[in-house]
Amino acid sequence: MSEISVPVAGDAHPDLEHHPEEHASDRQFVKVFLGLVVVTAVEVAWAYAPWADDHAGRLATALYWGGLMLMMSFKFFIIASYFMHLRFDSKVLTRVFYAGVVLAVAVYLIVLCTFQLFSNTTPGFAP
Amino acid sequence: MTDLTAALKEELVGHDHEHVTSTGISNEKLAMWVFLGSECLLFGGLISTFILYKTRAADGQTPHQLYDILFTSISSFVLLMSSLTMVLAVSAVQRADLRAMRGWLLTTALLGVVFISGQVYEFTEFLGEGYGFTHSPAWSAFYTLTGFHGVHVTLGIVMLLSTAALSLRGHVGSHNPESVEIVGLYWHFVDVVWVVIFTVVYLIK
Repeated sequence: MSEISVPVAGDAHPDLEHHPEEHASDRQFVKVFLGLVVVTAVEVAWAYAPWADDHAGRLATALYWGGLMLMMSFKFFIIASYFMHLRFDSKVLTRVFYAGVVLAVAVYLIVLCTFQLFSNTTPGFAP
Repeated sequence: MTDLTAALKEELVGHDHEHVTSTGISNEKLAMWVFLGSECLLFGGLISTFILYKTRAADGQTPHQLYDILFTSISSFVLLMSSLTMVLAVSAVQRADLRAMRGWLLTTALLGVVFISGQVYEFTEFLGEGYGFTHSPAWSAFYTLTGFHGVHVTLGIVMLLSTAALSLRGHVGSHNPESVEIVGLYWHFVDVVWVVIFTVVYLIK
């Protein structure tokens, strides 16, 4: 009879493979942390930059929002990839987690649009 | 049929009684990731509510006008650092260095306590100035969002201390490093949520 292979943790489809040899070293984790600290510092400085002024033009406002959102997303992605090991773990876990993230962003963007957040009127229904 | 049962037994014994799963990922780890995916929806709802109501203050005094960004930046740094110490704890248990693992777990818990103390201080300051939970929709949304996050951090601290205590009794160690990794996943998620809260609630005007 041919050999029967039973999937156990860490032994499965190529899509589910773990790559323990590719795990980051402690030194790499420290480097990632320092990178995150630098991005956070830039983020705080960005929030006080001239383009963050209330009376700045539309382009400046777009730059202000875009910059902060980009840095926030970058930090989110780096923490999930390195500290939460998604980069080195099974792709199924990446899909499970980012499915939740994408669903949350999509659902609540629709909610915010329904409440007219992105129009010139006051958002929400309460007086 | 008997051959199949024997082969299954052989395979299980050969893998030191690991769980048999169709994905190759342990049920506990997959459950934690599914839970974290669903938590995104919970925090998404709270963040959206805050965005909607952030300007709705009874006397025009919104939370944003009272934030101490330097103080919150230091809190963010503390939580970010706790993510580093957590990942070092996971790294330590994977190389069977239990002493280092316990040290990093306790350091992570301590940094969590520092973060929570900062949040309690911030809340006390706001309350002292007369801005309580029921002051206005803006303040209710602020306290609900940051309070929920604080509860998550507190639960994380309990999980960290429990893991450290269980490792002393030999229930957690190099024979089951994944249990530390799962606690770590929860802790990093709490950090990643704070990354979003810090930008959306504190930095964006």
